[in-house]
Amino acid sequence: MKSKVIQSLLITASVLLASSNVQAGEANKRIAEISEPQQKGLAIAQEMKAHNTGWGDSEAKMIMTLRDKGGSETDRKVRVKSLEVEGDGDKGLSIFDEPRDVEGTAFLTYSHIKGNDDQWLYLPALKRVKRISSSNKSGPWMGSEFAYEDLSSFEVEKYDYKFVREDELNGEKVYVVESYPKYDNSGYSKTITWVDQEHFRVHRIEFFDQKGDALKTMNVSDYKLYLDKFWRGHKQVMTNHQTGKSTVVTWSDYQFNTGLDEKDFNKSSLKRAR
Amino acid sequence: MTDQSSLCRFYLVVSVGFKEKGYIMSKQAQSDESRSSKDVTKTIKFARFVVNYPWLVLLASIALLLGALYGAKFLEIKPDYRVFFEEDNAQLIAFDHIQDTYNKADNVMMVLTPKEGRVFDKSTLKTGQWLTEEAWQTPYSTRVDSITNYQHTWVTPEDEDYMLVGALLCVPAKSADFDSTCEHQSVTADMIDGLSEKQLKRLENIVVNEPQVVNRMINPEGTVTAVNITVQMPDDKDLEGLEGEAWKEKKLEILTATKKVADHVRQLQKQVEERNPNLEVRLTGVVMMNTAFAETGLGDMMTLTPIMLLLVIPLALFFMVRSVSGTIGSVLVIIFSIAGAMGVEGWLGIFLTAPVFSVPTVVATMAVADSVHLLVTYMQNLRNGMGKKDAMVESIRINMMPIFLTSITTVIGFLTMNFSDVPPLQDLGNVVAVGVIFAFIFSITFLPAFTILMPTKVTPGRSTKHEKMDQFANFVVAKRKLLLPLMTVICIGIIAFLPKNELNDEFVKYFDETIDFRVDSDYTTEHLTGLYTMFYSVQSGSENGIHEPKFMATLQDFVEYAEAQPEVIHVQSYTDVMKRLNKSMNADRDECYALPEKSLSENCNEVLKEPEEGVDLNTRIRELTAQFTLMYEMSLPKGMDLTNQVSSDKAGTRVQIALHNLSSLEVLELEERFATWFEQNAPDYEVLGSSPGVMFAHVGQNNIYSMLKGTAWALVLISLLLMIALKSFKLGLLSLIPNIIPMAVAFGIWGIFQGQVGMGLSVVTGMTLGIVVDDTVHFLSKYLRARREKGLDSHQAVKYAFQTVGMALTVTTIVLVLGFLVLGMSHYVMNSHMGILTAITLAAALIIDFLLLPPLLMLTDRKNRSKKV
Repeated sequence: MKSKVIQSLLITASVLLASSNVQAGEANKRIAEISEPQQKGLAIAQEMKAHNTGWGDSEAKMIMTLRDKGGSETDRKVRVKSLEVEGDGDKGLSIFDEPRDVEGTAFLTYSHIKGNDDQWLYLPALKRVKRISSSNKSGPWMGSEFAYEDLSSFEVEKYDYKFVREDELNGEKVYVVESYPKYDNSGYSKTITWVDQEHFRVHRIEFFDQKGDALKTMNVSDYKLYLDKFWRGHKQVMTNHQTGKSTVVTWSDYQFNTGLDEKDFNKSSLKRAR
Repeated sequence: MTDQSSLCRFYLVVSVGFKEKGYIMSKQAQSDESRSSKDVTKTIKFARFVVNYPWLVLLASIALLLGALYGAKFLEIKPDYRVFFEEDNAQLIAFDHIQDTYNKADNVMMVLTPKEGRVFDKSTLKTGQWLTEEAWQTPYSTRVDSITNYQHTWVTPEDEDYMLVGALLCVPAKSADFDSTCEHQSVTADMIDGLSEKQLKRLENIVVNEPQVVNRMINPEGTVTAVNITVQMPDDKDLEGLEGEAWKEKKLEILTATKKVADHVRQLQKQVEERNPNLEVRLTGVVMMNTAFAETGLGDMMTLTPIMLLLVIPLALFFMVRSVSGTIGSVLVIIFSIAGAMGVEGWLGIFLTAPVFSVPTVVATMAVADSVHLLVTYMQNLRNGMGKKDAMVESIRINMMPIFLTSITTVIGFLTMNFSDVPPLQDLGNVVAVGVIFAFIFSITFLPAFTILMPTKVTPGRSTKHEKMDQFANFVVAKRKLLLPLMTVICIGIIAFLPKNELNDEFVKYFDETIDFRVDSDYTTEHLTGLYTMFYSVQSGSENGIHEPKFMATLQDFVEYAEAQPEVIHVQSYTDVMKRLNKSMNADRDECYALPEKSLSENCNEVLKEPEEGVDLNTRIRELTAQFTLMYEMSLPKGMDLTNQVSSDKAGTRVQIALHNLSSLEVLELEERFATWFEQNAPDYEVLGSSPGVMFAHVGQNNIYSMLKGTAWALVLISLLLMIALKSFKLGLLSLIPNIIPMAVAFGIWGIFQGQVGMGLSVVTGMTLGIVVDDTVHFLSKYLRARREKGLDSHQAVKYAFQTVGMALTVTTIVLVLGFLVLGMSHYVMNSHMGILTAITLAAALIIDFLLLPPLLMLTDRKNRSKKV
C-alpha cells in the first residue's frame, strides 16, 4: 500500500517533471524557429508570462537592505500580498513593518496594462488613506535602488522586445532579450533581460537610462519552486552603476493560496492591513 | 666681459673650498690654472672629451633627451579641481564623506537670461522646458533641476486626499487629472502654449515665493533662471578591481569625462541660442570649473611657451652672447630642458594640472643662465685669440662648478615647494627642479658639442656698458650716506604695506576675465545664485532620527540663522520640503506651511489632538513626519528624489548654503560662526561641513604656513652654506638682508597694488630664494675677493664688485624678469600672479643688491677700513 502510494507519487512527479521539460522543450523549439528578433523576443516574453500564470494569490516577507556608496546600510521590512488579475495587471498590498516610524503604513496598487496604475497609501499617524500620484513609476521605491516599475507585475504588453542572443549564465542556457518600455514615464530607455531556457526565469536585468547609459543591474538568485510550477527568486541584488549605491532584497515565507480576494485589496482594507 | 670668467673662477674655488676643508681660497684664487686639483683635471678631461668627440656627445645627449621624452606619452591632463588637495586633506575627506552619504554635487549650471521680457514668458519657458528635457542626455547626468520640472505638491480640489506631487507647470488649474502623464514628468511645450496670462502670473508667483527654488533656479525678479545638471563623474575609485584593457578603458574614460560633459553642454548652449535668439546662455558649475582649469592651463602653455622661445629668450641671448650659432644652441638647450622635464614628469606619473602648465616658461627662464655663462666665456676666449676647442675646454673648466652651484641652489629653492600642501605646486617645484638639472646637463654636453660643430663669428666686445657701471658704482659709493637711510626708509615703507595682503583662494578668481567660466560665474553670482557653497551634513545619531520633532526644529533654527547671515544667498534644507508637505497634507491651508509640530498651534494635523493610548505626542509627531516623507518619496520620479538631501537611513540630512563671492578669510570666518552655532544649539548632533570653497579656503591658509616654514628652512640652510662658502659668519648673517628683504618688499608692493594672496603666491618665496641667493653670492664674493685678495678698502671693493658682476647681474635679472613677466600674461591667475610677483621679487633683489647692500657693507666694514687706511 505504502509503496504503491510512493510509486504513484513518483510516477506523478516524473510525469510532471517530464511534462514541464517537454513544455519548455517545445517552447524552445518554437522559439528557435522564429528568426525575426522582435517576434522571437516577444515569444520569449510570452513564454515567461505563461510560466507565471495561474498562481492566484501569494504572501511573502521582504527585507530590503539599502547600502550607500560609503558602505553604510539600512533595512526596510515589508510584507507583500499579491493577487493575480486575469487580463490586467496584478493587485498588490505592501505593509511596512520597518522603519519603526512608518510601521503600519500600507501601500495598495492596482497595476494596469494600459494607463497609469492606481496607488493609495494609508498613513496610520494620520489615520487616512491618501491617493498618490500614480504616473510615477521611475522614482526610487522607499529610497531603494528599485523603482516602482521594477517591482510591479510583469505584463507582456508593456514592452516591445528584441531577441539579442543565446548565452550561458552560471552554467544555465539563457536567452538575452532587450525590452523597450511602451508605457509613459519610464525611467529607462531599455532593459536587457537574461532568461533561462529551462524555466523561463529572470536571472539578470540590466537597466539603461534615458540617454542610453548603463544605470543598474539586477541579479536574481536563490530560486525556489512553489506549487510545483512557480519559481520565485529569493534574492534580488540591484546595483546602481552611476551612484555606487545598491539594494539587496531578500524574500522569505512565501505562501500561496492563502485565501486572499478582491476584498483584501481595496481602500478600506488598507486601514485593516496592520 | 671679463667679469664673467672671474666670477666663475670664484665659484670654482668656493666649490673646491667646500670639498677640501681648510683650503684657503684667497691664495689660490689667482692660480687656478696652475692648480692641479683632481676635480679640475676631471673637468678638463671631461671638457676635452666633449670637444674631441662632439658627434658622440651630441648623439648621447639626444639619446638622453629621447629617453626622457618617451615618458611624455604617459602625460595626462587631469581636469579635476580635486588635484589641489592631498588625499588626507581633512576637508576633502569630509567632503567625500558627505558626497558618499548623499549624492555627488558635481554639476553644470546653464543660466538663461531673456534679453527682453521675463522668464515666465511662454517663449522662454518653452525653451527652458526643451533644455530641461535635452539636459537629461548629458553624459553622466543623474539629475536635472529647473523651474519647468520643479516638483511641487498640492491637493486637488476634487479630492482632499489626493496629494499631487509633480511639475508645477503641468497643472495650472490645480485640478487632478488621474490619467495625466504630466504629473511627474516635465511640462510639454503644448501645455505652456495653453497657459493664459493669468495662469502664468499665478505660477510665477508660486515659483518666486518657493524657498526651494527662488535664488537657486530663478531670481526673485523673475528675469534669470537656470537649469542645473547634476553629473556623476567616473573617478579613480571606479578603477578598483579592474585590470588590463578594462582598466585602460576606464582610465581613459575618467580623463575624458569632463571634456565630454563640457562639449555636450556647449553644444546645448549653442542650440538654445539658435532656437531662441532672445536668450543668453551662460555656463558655470564644478564641471565648467574643471574644464577651465584644463583649458586655461593648456592654452597658456600653447601661447606663452612660444612667446618665451621665439621672442624673449633669443633676444636676451643674442644681446648677451652676440653669436647666432650660440643663440641657436642655447635655444635648443632650453627646448631640450623643457622637453626633458615634461618627459620625466610623464615617467613619474605626474598629472598635467594648471600650475604644472607653467613649467615650460619657468624652466626656459631658469635654463638661460647656464648657457649664457658658458657661451660668454667661450666667445671671450675666442676674441682673445684662442682656438675653438681650447676656448671651449677653458670655458667648461671655468664654468662647470659655478653652473653646478647656481643650479643646486635653484633646485633647492624649487624643492622647497614640496613643503606646500597643494600637490600641483609640489609637482611644479619638482618638475622645474628636474628641468634645471637637465639645463645643467645639456649646457655642459650638448651645447659645447653643438657650438664646436657650428661656425662661429667673433664680433669685437664693447666696453661702454662697463663705463656706465663704473659711473654707477661711483655714485653708490659717493651717496652711501644718503642711500643707506633712504633705501632703508623706502624698504620699510614698502614692507609696511605687507599686512595689507589678504590670504585669498577664491577658485572663481583663479581665472582672469578673459575666461568664460570666470565671466559667467561672476554673472551668475550677481544675478542668480552663489557658486560658493557650503554643505552641512547634520547627523541625528540614530536611524530615522531626522523625523524627530526636536531635530527638525533645530534644523529649522539653523536654516533661519544661516539665512540671516549677510554672506548667504540661499539655504536648501529638508525643512522646506517638510513645511510644504505639511501644508499639502492639510488641504493646502496656508497657515499649515510649517513643520508638523509647530503647525499644531494653527490647528493643523488635528488628528494628533485626539489622545492615543500608550503613545506620547512626540512619538506621534515623529511618525507623522516620517510618513509624510515616505509618501513624498513614493511620489517622486527618477532623478528628482530626496537622496541628495536625506541619507538613505534617514539618520542625517544635508543643508546646502549658497554664498555671495567671499574671500577665503570670510569663508573661514563664516564656517567658524556656523560651527559655534552648532556647538551651542545642536551639541547632540554630528555635524560635518565642507565644500570646494571651504576646501580651497583651508588649503590656501595651511599652504601659506607650510611654505613659510619651508622657506625658513631653506633660508637657514642657504645662510649656513653662505657662511661656509664666504668663510665669514658676519657676511653670512648680513646676506640674510639681501635674501629676505626682496621678498618682503615684493609682497609689500603686492599689498599696495593687489593685496590678494592665493596659494600660487605662497610658493614664490621658496622659488625666488634660490635665484636671489645667486645675486647676493655673486656680489658678496666679488667684494670679499677685493677685500681679502686685493687688499682694497670697502669703497674700492664695492666698486670692484660692481665692475666685475654688475653688468652680468643686471642682464641675467632682466632675462629672468622678462621671462616671469611672460608667465604674468597667463589667463590662469594663480600662474600670472606667481610670474608677476616673482618678477617683482627678482627686480627688487637686484635693486637691493646694488643700492642697499653696498652702503651696508661699507658701514659694517668701517672698522676694518680705518685699520687699513
